[in-house]
Amino acid sequence: MARIELSDLAHSYLSRPRDEEDYALKTIDLAWDDGGAYALLGASGCGKSTLLNIISGLLVPTRGKVLFDGTDMTEAPTSARNIAQVFQFPVVYDTMSVRDNLAFPLRNRRMEADYIRERVAKVSRMIGMEDQLARKARGLTADEKQKISLGRGMVREDVNAILFDEPLTVIDPHMKWELRTQLRQLHDEFGHTMIYVTHDQTEAMTFADKVVVMHDGRVVQLGTPDELFERPGHTFVGYFIGSPGMNLLDAEIDGSNAIVAGHVIPLAGHYAKPDGRTKIGIRPEFVSFTDKGGIPVNVTRVEDVGRHRIVRAELAGTPLNAVLLEQAPMLADTSHVIFPPEQIGVFVDDWRVEPQSGGAA
Amino acid sequence: MEKTRNNRAWFMVLPVLALVAFSAVIPLMTVVNYAFNDTFGNNVFFWVGVEWFEEVLGSDRMWDALQRQLIFSAAVLAIEVPLGIAVALAMPKKGIWASVCLVLMALPLLIPWNVVGTIWQVFTRIDIGLLGSTLHQLGIDFNIGQNAGAAWATVIMMDVWHWTSLVVLLAYAGLQAIPDAYYQAAKIDQAGRWAVFRYVELPKLKGVLLIAILLRFMDSFMIYTEPFVVTGGGPGSTTTFLSIDLVKMALGQFDLGPAAAFSIMYFLVILLISWIFYTIMMNLDRQERPR
Repeated sequence: MARIELSDLAHSYLSRPRDEEDYALKTIDLAWDDGGAYALLGASGCGKSTLLNIISGLLVPTRGKVLFDGTDMTEAPTSARNIAQVFQFPVVYDTMSVRDNLAFPLRNRRMEADYIRERVAKVSRMIGMEDQLARKARGLTADEKQKISLGRGMVREDVNAILFDEPLTVIDPHMKWELRTQLRQLHDEFGHTMIYVTHDQTEAMTFADKVVVMHDGRVVQLGTPDELFERPGHTFVGYFIGSPGMNLLDAEIDGSNAIVAGHVIPLAGHYAKPDGRTKIGIRPEFVSFTDKGGIPVNVTRVEDVGRHRIVRAELAGTPLNAVLLEQAPMLADTSHVIFPPEQIGVFVDDWRVEPQSGGAA
Repeated sequence: MEKTRNNRAWFMVLPVLALVAFSAVIPLMTVVNYAFNDTFGNNVFFWVGVEWFEEVLGSDRMWDALQRQLIFSAAVLAIEVPLGIAVALAMPKKGIWASVCLVLMALPLLIPWNVVGTIWQVFTRIDIGLLGSTLHQLGIDFNIGQNAGAAWATVIMMDVWHWTSLVVLLAYAGLQAIPDAYYQAAKIDQAGRWAVFRYVELPKLKGVLLIAILLRFMDSFMIYTEPFVVTGGGPGSTTTFLSIDLVKMALGQFDLGPAAAFSIMYFLVILLISWIFYTIMMNLDRQERPR
């Protein structure tokens, strides 16, 4: 058990990286609290797996430090770190039985036979394979193999952290939900630090207390699921989280108003004159239609997705989505929308800026 | 759709049938013919039944050669397979040196058998050979014309030199095919080097190793040219393996009947052992498949 800190971390897969583009991980400063349940969320190729492999010691970062409870572990081998990691695709030792597979990490650490038996029994119950212990791992199906991989990750009690690298990719959808719930219960029971990599926001939101969003080799935000939804710190968080994602409109900021395509939109506070590309963002859930006033939009399509409807529209050529409840009125092709000021975020060069005065929500 | 049936289509197979008959079936049947007949020339044959087989099986000659052959094949496999795996493990996985190693490894395989034999014949000569004269000057008797141990050592070293590369190349290809995730998982599980070899690499190499063992078994069991060039089967008959003995019998002594019987049994033994290997491989494959 340890608090894991990453300080000024960067990694490039090239031996002589020249500029920022050569880095898979740009600068990262991040601390994982002991016992936290984290999700690491981001699109494919944003550096999630690289970050995980640096924490577990499979990779040594090009620059920066990895600290476990303040001790520098940057160069320490995997075996010295005592970290468990489960990979995206199942890895089992074909020639061993299920039992031996689960016992393998403990045997390598020369644990007592009694203790090993007890842990294997417990973990096999957890993954629902207690009656298949004697079988050879070779003949198992992909999701059974992945359950063994998960089991091997959880069999050690004293690990500093358990890292999951999109572990449920090959698992059936209904089993996915069940295993995720079990992982969550396991976390609550034993309090291991868990870091769960995924590109699926639902998975991240249901598993984790804290979500770390990565984009293009950087951590763009760390926060609770609610924070990410309500106050995204970066435009990427805005449109990656939520379905559909946040509406982002090019705007000019003039004090406490934003001007979008000639329409004045009041903001909740007074902003300094920003330099850089400025956008305002509003969640589709907060966009509402109105009969008087508002900003004119062209409605292009209305999608019925069960409990609510998604309205696809255009505001001066920029797509704009709105989520409406079922009983909302029918819309004309040209309608008017209003944005509640406290739900509008202002982004300069993709990063959120706060008002100088007047509280935003 | 109704299929057109026309048995005259079988005539299309005739050319290939004639070719195969001319090149394989008829020569083989000639051997079978010799194995069951005796002749005093002029194409006059007498049926002798299994007499030649009884003669060959009853003499020590073939049994001795078979025994030597089995010891030779076993020794060669016992050295080449572990050595080949070890070299493959030690080779760099990527980069310029991987290519350099692969080319170096492939070189011995490109040298014709009799050239290999000549190289080793010269290498072990006690007057001018680098190995032979060095050992001779150190006071070690390494005269392959007189010393059976030296002759055996030379023949085995030569085969190892010539053919270990094949095992290396196959094992190397097998190792390259193991996904990185297996090594990473083993690291996470804190497996030692031996455990990684025993539980990750060896099981994944099983397929290619079976092929390597099968190929090396068949080739070493049929070896002729190299020991013929180096030792000529001697000293005495200590390195007379099956095919050397067979050639002596058929061409040296012109005992065509016993030689033909010998050939057929030789062929059947190779067929039998290859079939056993094949069956084992197929069964292992079946177990690989998920239920």
